[in-house]
Amino acid sequence: MRNKLRKYVDKLKPHFMKGGKLEKLHSVFDGFETFLFVPNTTSKNGTHIHDAIDSKRTMIMVVVALIPALLFGMFNVGYQHYLAIGEAAGFWDTFLFGALAVLPIVVVSYLVGLGIEFVVAQIKGHEIQEGFLVSGMLIPLIVPVDTPLWMIAVATAFSVIFAKEVFGGTGMNIFNVALVARAFLFFAYPTYMSGDTVWVRTGTTFGLGGGTPVDSYSGATVLGEVATSTTQNAQLTDIIGNPIGFWDGFLGLIPGSIGETSTLAILLGAALILFTGIASWKVMLSVFTGGALMALVFNNFGPDTAIAHFPWYNHLVYGGFAFGAVFMATDPVTAARTDKGKWIYGFLIGALAIIIRVLNPGYPEGMMLAILFMNIFAPLIDYYVVDANIKKRLKRATTQK
Amino acid sequence: MSKLFSDKTKQVFLGPLGKNNPITVQVLGICSALAVTAKLEPAIVMGLSVTIILAFSNVIISLLRNTIPNRIRIIVQLVVVASLVTVVSEILKAFAYDVSVQLSVYIGLIITNCILMGRLEAFAMANKPWESFIDGLGNGIGYAWILVAVAFFRELLGSGKLFGLQIIPQAIYDAGYVNNGLMVMPPMALILVAVIIWVHRSVNKELQEK
Repeated sequence: MRNKLRKYVDKLKPHFMKGGKLEKLHSVFDGFETFLFVPNTTSKNGTHIHDAIDSKRTMIMVVVALIPALLFGMFNVGYQHYLAIGEAAGFWDTFLFGALAVLPIVVVSYLVGLGIEFVVAQIKGHEIQEGFLVSGMLIPLIVPVDTPLWMIAVATAFSVIFAKEVFGGTGMNIFNVALVARAFLFFAYPTYMSGDTVWVRTGTTFGLGGGTPVDSYSGATVLGEVATSTTQNAQLTDIIGNPIGFWDGFLGLIPGSIGETSTLAILLGAALILFTGIASWKVMLSVFTGGALMALVFNNFGPDTAIAHFPWYNHLVYGGFAFGAVFMATDPVTAARTDKGKWIYGFLIGALAIIIRVLNPGYPEGMMLAILFMNIFAPLIDYYVVDANIKKRLKRATTQK
Repeated sequence: MSKLFSDKTKQVFLGPLGKNNPITVQVLGICSALAVTAKLEPAIVMGLSVTIILAFSNVIISLLRNTIPNRIRIIVQLVVVASLVTVVSEILKAFAYDVSVQLSVYIGLIITNCILMGRLEAFAMANKPWESFIDGLGNGIGYAWILVAVAFFRELLGSGKLFGLQIIPQAIYDAGYVNNGLMVMPPMALILVAVIIWVHRSVNKELQEK
C-alpha cells in the first residue's frame, strides 16, 4: 500500500517540477508529498541539529493529542443539548448530535486557513507551511458551539493573515494564531462569545434533536455563574440546576467552549505531547503552579467576591485554564525559549489568568488574555535571561583573574 | 499661470498624496488617525481642519521665514499654529457643534500633530509662500484621504452606516450578519492603516526596504 502510494507520487512528480505542465502548482504538490512522506532534503545553510521528525510530524502529533479533547467535546455538546431539553438519549445519539454540530466548525476552520496558506505559498513561491495543521484544530476547540460559521471563517482569515503571514509565516508569529482568532471573535462579536446563551445548543443540528429547554435551564458556564454570584460562596450548578463540584469540572460534562471543558481529556493529550517531547513540561507545570498560587493568595487575602473565594483547585479545572496551559502556553513559537525563561513565562501566565478572572468583572475567563499578553513578553524574558547569564559568566571570569 | 503650476509645484502637491504620504510613508499624525476615524463625518471634518490649518500656517511661516530668529523658531511656529487651531476650533463650535463635541480634544491636539511641525520645519522655513501653501494643501489632503478611507471601512463594517445613515439593509442582519465590534475600537484603525500601507507599498515597489 505504502509503496504503491510512493510510486504514484513519484509518477506524478515530473508534472509539477520546473518545466512540467503543472509547474505553477508545485508548492501544492510539495505540500502533499511532504505531508505523506518525510522529505529527504534538509536545510542546507546554517548549523542545524536534525531530529528524526520534521515539523509536519511534530504538528500531527499535537493534532493527535487534541483528539481526546475533540471527541469529548463532541460528546459533551450532545450531552448538554439533551440535558437542556430534558430528553434522555443514548450514547450514540448524543455523540452524533455533537459530532454534527462540531464538524462544520472544524471544516470551515481548516478550509479557510489552509486555503489562505496555499494561496500565499503560490504567490510567494515557497513551500506550504504546516503551522496551520494545529491552529486549524485549536480554533474549533476554543469557541462556543453556537458560533456562526461565517464568524469562524472571518476570524480564521484575520488571524492567519494578520497574526501569521504578515510576520513571515509559520514560526515567525509573535502571537498564538488560534488565540488571535478567538480574541478577534471575542472583541468583534462579544454577544456570540460570552453570556449564557451561546454555550449550549438548544436548537436542532441537521434536523436532529431540538426542543424547548426545561424550566430550570440556565446556559451560563461555571465561571459565569461565579462572576454573577451575589453570595461569597457561589453554589456551582450544571445547566439544569444540579449542584456540581471539582470532579464534574475535571471530567467536563459542563457547558463551555467545545474542547476546553474536560480536564481529563486535556491531560490525556498532555501526556502524549510530553511523552514525545513536543511540549515543554516546564511551561505546563509553571502555568499550573502560577495559577494555583495566585488563586490561593486570593482565597486567603482576596476581595469579598465569590470569584476570589472560588477554591484554587476549582480554578484549575473550570474554564479554559487547563486547555490554555497544555496546548496554548506551550506553543514553541510564541513561548519563551530559555529554560529559566519558560518557568517565568508559564508562572506569569497562570498568575495573570487568575488575576484577570478575579479582579476584572468584565472577563469571567482570563486565560486567553493572559497568554496573548505573555506572548508579547516572551522575547523580553528571554533577553534578560540570556543577559543575566552573560553577566554571571563575566563576573566569574573577572573574579578568577 | 505657468509659473503658478510649474512641474515642481505639481510635484509638491502630488507627492504627499501618494509616494510621500505623511501617514503611510512618513508615519506621522497616527494618533489622531486612530482616534477620530470611528465615523466618517468627524474624520472628514478633522481632515479638512488639518488641511486648512496646515496650508495657512505654512504660508504665514513662509512669509516670516527670513525674520524669525533661528533660536526661537519652534516657539514662533507653535504660536502661529495655536492661533489657527483656536480659530478653527471656535468656528467648529459655532457652526458644527455636534461634530466638535465628537472630536473633543483632538481639534486642540492638532497643535501637537507631527505633520504640522514637520512641514513647517522642513518646507515652509525654506520655501516661498505659494509653494508652501501648495505643500500644506498637499500634505493636508494626503492626511485627509487616509483618514477618510479608514473611517469609511470602520463605520461601514463597525456600525453598518455611512454618515450615520444605515447602509447595510436589515435583511442582511436578519440573515445572521452582525456588526464587527472590533472595528469601532482604536486597535482596528491601526490594523486598517497597516493594510493601507501594505497595499501602498505593494503598488509602489520603490518604497519597500531591501
